[in-house]
Amino acid sequence: MCGVIIGVTVLVFLLLHIVPGDPVEALLGETAQAADYTQLRHALGLDLPLWQQWVNYASHLLQGDFGTSLYSKQSINSTLLQRLPHTFYLAITSLCIALVIALPLGTLAALRQYSIWDHGAMAFSLIGVSIPNFWMGPLLIMVFSLSLGWLPVSGQEHSLSIVLPALTLGTALAAILARMVRATLLEVMHEDYIRTARAKGLGEWVVISKHALRNAALPLITIIGLQLGTLLGGAVITEMVFSWPGIGQLTIQAIQQRDYPTVQACVLIISISYVFINALTDIVYAWLDPRVHYRV
Amino acid sequence: MALFGQFLPLNPNDIHLPSILQPPSWGMWLGADDLGRPLLDRLITGAQTSFFVAFWVVSISALVGTSLGMISAWFGGVIDLIIVRIIDLFLAFPSILLAIALSGLLGPSLENVVFALVIVGWVGFARLARAQTLSLKRREHVQAAVALGAKNPRILWHHILPLLTAPLIIEATFGIAGVVIAEAGLSFLGLGVQPPDASWGAMIRDGTAYMLVAPHMVLAPGITLLLVVLAVNLFGDMLRDKLDVKNKRHIQHNKH
Repeated sequence: MCGVIIGVTVLVFLLLHIVPGDPVEALLGETAQAADYTQLRHALGLDLPLWQQWVNYASHLLQGDFGTSLYSKQSINSTLLQRLPHTFYLAITSLCIALVIALPLGTLAALRQYSIWDHGAMAFSLIGVSIPNFWMGPLLIMVFSLSLGWLPVSGQEHSLSIVLPALTLGTALAAILARMVRATLLEVMHEDYIRTARAKGLGEWVVISKHALRNAALPLITIIGLQLGTLLGGAVITEMVFSWPGIGQLTIQAIQQRDYPTVQACVLIISISYVFINALTDIVYAWLDPRVHYRV
Repeated sequence: MALFGQFLPLNPNDIHLPSILQPPSWGMWLGADDLGRPLLDRLITGAQTSFFVAFWVVSISALVGTSLGMISAWFGGVIDLIIVRIIDLFLAFPSILLAIALSGLLGPSLENVVFALVIVGWVGFARLARAQTLSLKRREHVQAAVALGAKNPRILWHHILPLLTAPLIIEATFGIAGVVIAEAGLSFLGLGVQPPDASWGAMIRDGTAYMLVAPHMVLAPGITLLLVVLAVNLFGDMLRDKLDVKNKRHIQHNKH
């Protein structure tokens, strides 16, 4: 995991420093004096060789310092600390919504395979996968805020403000998960231990809840972990749609302001969270599955 | 539609002030936008944008990804180790995030969108091609080719690539759906096509400012986008089912 994280910092650093477009020029404007230009370049350490810039950057990063914003001149750390809780709140609410929709839907589809329930669930899933967040968002605003007037349009002042952005992200995730739940459960239902459980004369409900769902939970956890990355990525666009003051909105604002250090910090923090979530998924997997014993 | 758009008498950039925000009518099938431009004409030119990006991103990603994946699996050793590490590294990013950051900092243009989406798109092909090549490597016909002294490029091209095409085509089909959504997403954020050129994502963004008075501005491009992506996804599902059936039959055949 450490290797991947170091790799991620190198890659983000390289990508942002290789792209054409000069932060100093963006800061000073095109009419700047050559002397000012050189001075600022020196002050920002941009005249050093690339590897030395990286070493500087990485050593600050190791001390937990993401640098200073070129735009607001404030410490990026404090901005991140302000923004992160909003994004995590949004991500966790969306995940809950997704699970509440996907688990029953996928289970129903698997148990009544090829029935109308199954076809309905899979149609929902296919449409959900095909609707982009940036259209689902405005659509929900149109229905629930503008027509019905039930929910606030955007921002986060109201306690119900979370509903629409979380629904946007949650339904998209539910569409993917419902499919996975169905596929996993279908596979599990063909296993020998299900036949054994039935042969023992257990009730169908016990067979499903105790024998099928428990075994299906393992592969599902891996899938959910992987999908959380997509969720964090999707949050970038959704936060823009709903003016949700999380890290995604910060990313886009920083891009528009050509605030390189902030963009770098945002991409890094989201990617590192993603790597952490995946590592965590593996641990949870090991903890749930007695057959897997990780040597620590 | 998108292909023949060039030959149609379209005026996607004609500003016609009297018809500003006009709802759909006989004269203008899908109504007009905030500058009085006909939405239908803009939708069709937007389709050209979408397909241009989808075609190039998927073609280049498939070419780069498949080559790297096959080389990685075939030669193994240090080459494999390096390529696998690079693949893992790219998988550590939520792909849309990387695409947003890249195209944002490169500057908004269609070429940069293609570039950014290729950077995140090749990995899927590489992983697939590598996994498939690894298993194909042990097949008898490949072993026979090796024993006959065939050169590496010849084996890869004649004996492995043909068997890779089916899964790659499926990956490419889902890739098209993903790229169409991603391009629209980038344009929605203002990082793709620049005005006055049309893109579905940019049309949705423009429409969000007028949702109350002119909902057709959000609905028309959104529904078009949904239908196209849905169609591509359905096509992909169909292809996958066909392939799966073949695989199962193959396995059963081997068992007996």
